[in-house]
Amino acid sequence: MDGTKQSGLVKFKDNLFTVKDSLLGSFIRSGAPTSDRSRTAIMFNNFFLHVQTVKTHINTLRPSYTLGMGLIALFLMIIAFISGIFLMVYYNPSIENAFNSVKDINFVVSGGKLMRNVHKWSGEAMIIFVLFHMTRVFYTSSYLRGREFNWLIGIVLLVLTFLLNLTGYMLPWDQLSYWALVIVANIIAAPLEMTDIMGVTKYFDIGGISKELFLGGLVPGKEALNRVYLFHIMLLPAAILIILGVHFWRIRKDGGLTRPDKFDRKDTDTTYITPPDKTGDIFPTYKTYGLMELAKGKTPAVDNDVENTVLSWPNLLIAELAVMMFTLAAVVAYSFYIDAPLKELANPAIPENPAKAPWYFLGLQELVGYSAFMGGQGIPMAALLGLALIPFLDRESEHTGIWFSNKQGLTVTIISFIVGTVGLIGTLAFTIQYGWFRNWWPNIPQIVIVMINPGTIWLGFVMIWSLATIKITGSTRMGAIALFTIFLVSYIILTYTGTVLRGPNWDFFWSQSEWPIH
Amino acid sequence: MSSEAIGKKDLSRRDLLGLTAIGTATIAGLATLGGSLRLVKPNVHFEESTQFKIGKPENFPEGTVRVFDDKNCFIFSDSDGLYAVSSICTHLGCIVSLTEWGFQCPCHGSKYNPEGHVIGGPAPRSLEWFEINQDVDGSLVVDSAKTVAAGTKYIFT
Repeated sequence: MDGTKQSGLVKFKDNLFTVKDSLLGSFIRSGAPTSDRSRTAIMFNNFFLHVQTVKTHINTLRPSYTLGMGLIALFLMIIAFISGIFLMVYYNPSIENAFNSVKDINFVVSGGKLMRNVHKWSGEAMIIFVLFHMTRVFYTSSYLRGREFNWLIGIVLLVLTFLLNLTGYMLPWDQLSYWALVIVANIIAAPLEMTDIMGVTKYFDIGGISKELFLGGLVPGKEALNRVYLFHIMLLPAAILIILGVHFWRIRKDGGLTRPDKFDRKDTDTTYITPPDKTGDIFPTYKTYGLMELAKGKTPAVDNDVENTVLSWPNLLIAELAVMMFTLAAVVAYSFYIDAPLKELANPAIPENPAKAPWYFLGLQELVGYSAFMGGQGIPMAALLGLALIPFLDRESEHTGIWFSNKQGLTVTIISFIVGTVGLIGTLAFTIQYGWFRNWWPNIPQIVIVMINPGTIWLGFVMIWSLATIKITGSTRMGAIALFTIFLVSYIILTYTGTVLRGPNWDFFWSQSEWPIH
Repeated sequence: MSSEAIGKKDLSRRDLLGLTAIGTATIAGLATLGGSLRLVKPNVHFEESTQFKIGKPENFPEGTVRVFDDKNCFIFSDSDGLYAVSSICTHLGCIVSLTEWGFQCPCHGSKYNPEGHVIGGPAPRSLEWFEINQDVDGSLVVDSAKTVAAGTKYIFT
């Protein structure tokens, strides 16, 4: 009896003294990552790591292939999420308090200004890096071989990134917020232009109803702010998280990142790769393996490419960690020096002149300057649809994993770049110099302006140019390259025009220093 | 007859039930969507009244031009009478300002003539004209929810 009691206590004492090891062991079941076996085990035993493969292809690790763009976008999103939670501590979504609470964050709360800057700039940077990521995926033909649907998901993520930024700058209830809300509400109501032309607005006012659902009223006010807040802090973040999960899951199911069919190791690869243990191969002969899952695509395990893969721990993870630290450092450094804008309190009686959206929407603002319906809904929808259909209209997968496909691809890219630049600048210059239909024939029907304006003419030209490229080269991939290149060029030129070249009354000026006093 | 038609199309009982189920689910889904959107559409607007008093007719002698900033409305008076023109641009809702030749919108450069008719820029419609009534106390009431045809001018005593 005494002996049993004694041994129980001894057991307890032993357990207590080894609690550090047993706790750690239960947390990291594979033990310290000191051998290839434990480095393998940690990848599939850890919830957060198991979305990634145990071994990663060297091509994926080459910085020159992915440029780390998607990863940077992910880390920016995480930074925006965390900084956003801090802002929610003080922010109050009511038209009485919103502006004051943001001023509080900016000028009273310790570290508040830095946190707000980090939130603003990480969100805006997301747009840039999502676009860069999309550009990388496009020019390496990485939307093919089972990845067609993931390209669509990527476009949804791009739209969500824009919407998160849009709803974000509506919250402070400053002049920018208020007039953005007015303009967006009226862009939502823009089908009114079409129903008016058809004369059915009285019976089927889809534009007006959509606007009322968005604003929760007829004019922007407390209901509208409440709804935008709901979108910004709940619906859109939840959507982007879930859809991003699907995005990553499909990358894994599609066999990881794309790579060229013929892959050759380079000497420079060894500079960022830790070679495996020499004591035993990752798949030693004395072990047997079961089939854990079937994944589509050429996974390292079923391809003869297996000798070109290395362990993800540490090779992939250290690269990811480096990108994360670089991203965080860059955002904090930028936010330390550059403040997020905050204008004066919203004033429904006086719009700013010019009332400009943040830079990433100024390309669209240039387009709505021709027609609200076409610029705000028609052309963006057409552009997104064109991008979304790329993997289904171009199925030439032999170039997958190669930047610009081949020499011809590079040529088409350069020519399309030049044609896009010259053509669009020419179109804009013509419009700025000579005006448009209404300047020549003041009584022209609205339908003509909606259908034929500089924006729709440019859209038509891009379509013809892409089709012509397909016809001349005999390759749908070349047509896709032409389309995507001009899309990028157009976004940049229109954004530049809206940001720098437009002044009061949306008139043309070479720079802000030429703006008249108004 | 109908049974003959069904026999021709070879619609089995199983298919019929399946189609009925899909149809029912579609109708239920659409009804749910409609109901959800109906909830989102507010029954009450917590907004200022669209009707506002602007004062007695004698405050608006011929040639008067008044700007009601907080009501987004201009009041003019000429030899034909009194009229109210909206200052909300029909393009994207910015506020137009009065110029020598008409109205100018700052956001995308829409231009209107003194009657509010579009003469330039992207605006799809003319500026709205509002109804003006006289209250029992003699003061004038503008209702920005009730638009009238451009050129409708009112004479009050």
